[in-house]
Amino acid sequence: MIEFKNVNKWYGTFQVLKECTSSVKKGEVVVICGPSGSGKSTLIKCVNGLEPFQEGEISVDGVSVGAKETNLPKLRSQIGMVFQNFELFPHKTAMQNICLAQIKVLGRSEDEANTRGQELLDRVGLGDLGYKYPSQLSGGQQQRVAIARGLAMDPIAMLFDEPTSALDPEMINEVLDVMQQLAKSGMTMMVVTHEMGFARRVADRVIFMDEGEIVEDATTDDFFGKPHSDRAQLFLSKILEH
Amino acid sequence: MIMLGDFDFGVIVTALPYLWDGMQLSLLLTGLAAVGSIFLGTLLALMRLSSIRLFQWIGAIWVNFFRSLPLLLVIFWFYFLVPLIVQGQVDAFESALIGFVLFEAAYFCEIMRSGIQSISRGQAWSGYALGLKYSQTMRYVVLPQAFRNMLPILLTQTIILFQDTSLVFVVGLADFMTSAVTVAQRDSRLVELYVFAALVYFVMCYFASLSVKILQKKMHK
Ligand SMILES: Nc1ncnc2c1ncn2[C@@H]1O[C@H](COP(=O)(O)OP(=O)(O)O)[C@@H](O)[C@H]1O
Ligand SMILES: [Mg+2]
Repeated sequence: MIEFKNVNKWYGTFQVLKECTSSVKKGEVVVICGPSGSGKSTLIKCVNGLEPFQEGEISVDGVSVGAKETNLPKLRSQIGMVFQNFELFPHKTAMQNICLAQIKVLGRSEDEANTRGQELLDRVGLGDLGYKYPSQLSGGQQQRVAIARGLAMDPIAMLFDEPTSALDPEMINEVLDVMQQLAKSGMTMMVVTHEMGFARRVADRVIFMDEGEIVEDATTDDFFGKPHSDRAQLFLSKILEH
Repeated sequence: MIMLGDFDFGVIVTALPYLWDGMQLSLLLTGLAAVGSIFLGTLLALMRLSSIRLFQWIGAIWVNFFRSLPLLLVIFWFYFLVPLIVQGQVDAFESALIGFVLFEAAYFCEIMRSGIQSISRGQAWSGYALGLKYSQTMRYVVLPQAFRNMLPILLTQTIILFQDTSLVFVVGLADFMTSAVTVAQRDSRLVELYVFAALVYFVMCYFASLSVKILQKKMHK
């Protein structure tokens, strides 16, 4: 469903993505890990065109992301994205956060949007907090609202960029649980995360990136069973110490 | 030396209805000019921050041009030169209003620009990621927050704008200040009227600034 072919991207003269090639099938959950600065966020932002790339091709459900004629807002509305810092709209309540794009992009009525919003808030375990502003919610709650906001668009895939990195340790699991349920329901997911327990439990495949390159691209069992590269081995030994 | 005994409150009381007319004009002009120039200033700010070179230039030229001119000149210009260009009479109030809007927009542009820049890129990203277009992301996500962050400064600039409306005397409009001058000269009561005018401006602007400060404190909580 999501295909990368020889994607190259530069910031000025600095090459941040090098010949990245991979694919994510429908219903598959792919975890992307790697050291900080290795280009994980950049790669995932290229999928919904938040970052442009100079060479190669990325397509989502057959639609080429980089092509000039592609309607990016429409494509993005079909791909949910969850950020490290939640990025809820602070001037809107949780429910308004979830309803805004449903109304403005999908053209749903306020009632329809609210009904769908309530379903999703229930699903992420925040059914009675829709009236709260983000600043009144804990980090874990905010991130769950952000997931509900993405799901409200009935996306064909969800992208997560370190969804638990900004959370206090005791809130990490409530977010991972929601994501695990989502994976179980068959959602196609790309997840940048260092939560190796989550990767082991939930991921079908693991991609390891370093210095802009996809160094490893293996099934979860293979990845944790027998890492091939020294770089991945080093990274894993550091991460798994914790 | 002016003796308080000479101070004739009666002059002011008699002139109050006339002065009130002037104040209404000042307030109306301030209100309309503020709304117009904040709107235009916001558009200019978006142009300055746009990725399109041409828009950046237009915004930059506008701001630098109007910030290099005295406001008085801009008001004059619109009143005396525009009729020559359009070959017809222009209404003094309308021309003053246009002059104010174009001029003040340069200042409001810079305020809104820093307001927009104070919003993290992630906010716009999350708007786009939901499928919102640029205009929708600005309108529903970025600008409301920028506006809120900048509210104290926008209000302070509006207070300055209110004080500047006294310049419209040059095109023959009777704002509050001009009305005070008129009465002062007509009745030869300069001291009374100028003291009163100063007092009115001081009280209004002082309390407006005070409210802004209180608002600022509340927002920072
Ligand atoms: N807007 C930008 N301009 C220049 N360099 C950037 C920009 N964004 C990210 N980078 C650089 O690109 C590299 C990859 O960044 P990123 O994709 O955020 O890495 P990761 O998410 O794996 O930590 C880093 O070296 C970072 O400094
Ligand atoms: Mg990152």
